[in-house]
Amino acid sequence: MDTAQPEILHQHVTFDDGLMLECGQALASLTVAYRTYGALNAEKTNAILICHALTGDQYVAETHPVTGKGGWWDLVVGPGLPVDTDRFFVICTNVLGGCMGSTGPRSPKDAGAGLWGTDFPPVTIKDMVNAQKRLIDRLGIARLFAVVGGSMGGMQVLQWAACYPDMVFAAVPIATAAYHSAQNIAFNEVGRQSIFSDPDYAAGRYWEHDQIPARGLAVARMVAHITYLSEEALTRKFGRRVRGAQGIGGFAEIFEVESYLRHQGSTFVRRFDANSYLTITRATDYFDLAEEHGGDLKAAFKGTRTRFCLISFSSDWLYPTAESRDVARALNGAAANVSFVEIASDKGHDAFLLDEPDFHRALAGFLAGCAEHAGLP
Amino acid sequence: MDTQAEPVRYVAKNMRLDLRLIAEMIQPGTRVLDIGSGDGTLIDHLYRTKGCDARGIEIDMAEVTRSVVHGLPVMQGDADSDLAQYPDGAFDYVVLSRTLQAVERPREVLAQMLRIGTRALVSFPNFGHWLVRWQLLWSGRMPMTSVWARPWHETPNIHPCTIRDFFVLCAEEGYVVEKWLAVDEEGRGTPRRRSAALANLLGEQALFQLRRG
Repeated sequence: MDTAQPEILHQHVTFDDGLMLECGQALASLTVAYRTYGALNAEKTNAILICHALTGDQYVAETHPVTGKGGWWDLVVGPGLPVDTDRFFVICTNVLGGCMGSTGPRSPKDAGAGLWGTDFPPVTIKDMVNAQKRLIDRLGIARLFAVVGGSMGGMQVLQWAACYPDMVFAAVPIATAAYHSAQNIAFNEVGRQSIFSDPDYAAGRYWEHDQIPARGLAVARMVAHITYLSEEALTRKFGRRVRGAQGIGGFAEIFEVESYLRHQGSTFVRRFDANSYLTITRATDYFDLAEEHGGDLKAAFKGTRTRFCLISFSSDWLYPTAESRDVARALNGAAANVSFVEIASDKGHDAFLLDEPDFHRALAGFLAGCAEHAGLP
Repeated sequence: MDTQAEPVRYVAKNMRLDLRLIAEMIQPGTRVLDIGSGDGTLIDHLYRTKGCDARGIEIDMAEVTRSVVHGLPVMQGDADSDLAQYPDGAFDYVVLSRTLQAVERPREVLAQMLRIGTRALVSFPNFGHWLVRWQLLWSGRMPMTSVWARPWHETPNIHPCTIRDFFVLCAEEGYVVEKWLAVDEEGRGTPRRRSAALANLLGEQALFQLRRG
C-alpha cells in the first residue's frame, strides 16, 4: 500500500510576518521553498523566475529528491540551453499550496496544532505570485529580467506582468490562458471528485491514519494526463496495441494505453499530496485575469512596458492557441510589445515539457533579443 | 514573387528595394508596425540603424518562428483581422509592404492602418506597368512577369491595383498622399515626382506615404 511521501528538507526561506491571502485570511507564517541555478550578477539584473505547472515543483533542472529522475525542464534550463544558466540566474519556487516545502496543506497549521490539511485556506494564482514576490524581494532583486512558465506557470507569468509590471522586463507565458475555461474546470472537478470518493481520503485527514487516497489521486492523475496529450500522440505511442493476453476478457490491463495511464497514476501518488492537488487545481479554476478589470483583459496590461512572448502548441486542446491569441490581442490593445508564435506539434499540451526544437529556439531567441534590449552582456 | 536568396541581416543594401526605400522614409526613434513583416528584415534594420521601436505582424508561422528565433518582436496574425485590437495612434508609422494586393479587404486595412498609426507606408506591385498591359493585350492571358510571377490560380494576390487606382482610392477616402514614388525592380529610372500616368506605365512597384486628411 502507498503511504505518505518521505519527509525531505527543501531549501527554503520563512517569512514570520506571513502572507495576506485574496480570500481575506492571513497565513501567520509563510515558507517559500526554492532552488536557484547560475549566478546573480553584481547589478542583480540577470534573474529569471521560472514558474512551475500544476504538478511541477522547484526542481527544474536537477535530480528530483523524491523520484530520482531528472528535472522537469532539463531540456530548457541549464548551461547553453534556452534559459542559459551560464548567463542567467534562474530561480524557481514551489508554489504556495504545494507539497515540496512551501506553505501548503501539508504544512504545520500552528505550533502543536497538527497539519493544515483541508483547513488550508483557498489560494489563488495571485497569492502564489505574492508569495514568490516575497522571495524575490528578499533576494534583493528589484526587477526580474524574465518570468517564464507553462500551463499554470504561464498563468503566474501573466499575473506577475499584470500585478508588478515594473518588476518584469520580459514575460513568456507558454501554453496558457488568461482564464480557466469551463472544460478545464470540468476536468479538474472530475479529478477532485475522484479523490473525495476514495475511502482512504478520510475526509482529508488521511495522514492521521498513515494512509493516502492513492486510488483517487491516481485516477485524478490519469484523467488529467489524457488532457495533457493529444489523440495523435496517443495513437502514435499506443494505437490499439494490446499487452500479452489476446481475445475478449475482463478488465485487467489489456491495452497498452491503459497500462501507461495506470503507471502514470501510481507513480504520481508517491510524490504528490492529495490536499495540495485539490488546493492547486482550485487555484487554477479561480483564475480569470480580466475579472478584476471588468472583463476587459487589456486593462490588466494598461501602460505595460514588459516585452511579451506568447507560445502555444498546435495540438494543445487544454490551452488551445485561440486562448493565447486572445491574450496577444489584449496585449496589442494595450500597445504592448508582443511576440506570439504557435509551434507545430502533435504532442498536445505536454509539448512544452518535451523536445520541441522550434519552441526551444524561439524561447532562446526571444530571451537573447530581450537581453540585448536590457543591456545585459 | 520573392525568390531571392535569404537576405544578409543588418546590411541595408541587401534589403529588398521597396523595404530600403521604406526605411529611408522612417524617422529615427519612432514606433513602427510592419504588417506582413516576413522574415523581419525591415524591423531588424529599423531597430539596429535607427533605434526604432519596430514590431511585426506576419501570417506565415514559419516566418514568425524565424523572426522570434532572431529575437524580433513579431506576432502571428492577419492584416484583415488583427489590426482592430490596437488603440488609436499607437504607432508613428504603419508599414504594409507588397501585401495590400493580398489582403481580403484592402480599403478596411488602410483605414485601420491610419487609425492606429499617424502615417501609413504602403508599397505594392503596379498592375498598370506596360509589360502587364502588353501581355494581356497581346496574349489575351493573365500576365506573368518577374513581379507578377505566379499563375492566376496560384497567386495570393486577389486585389491587384494600378498606381492610378491607388490615387483614386486615397482621394475617395480623404487620405493625404505626402510622398509617392514608382520604381522598377532594380530601382532604375525612378520617375519621381513626374506624372502619375507615366509612373503608372513605367513603374513596376509603387510606394506611398499617407496620412489622414
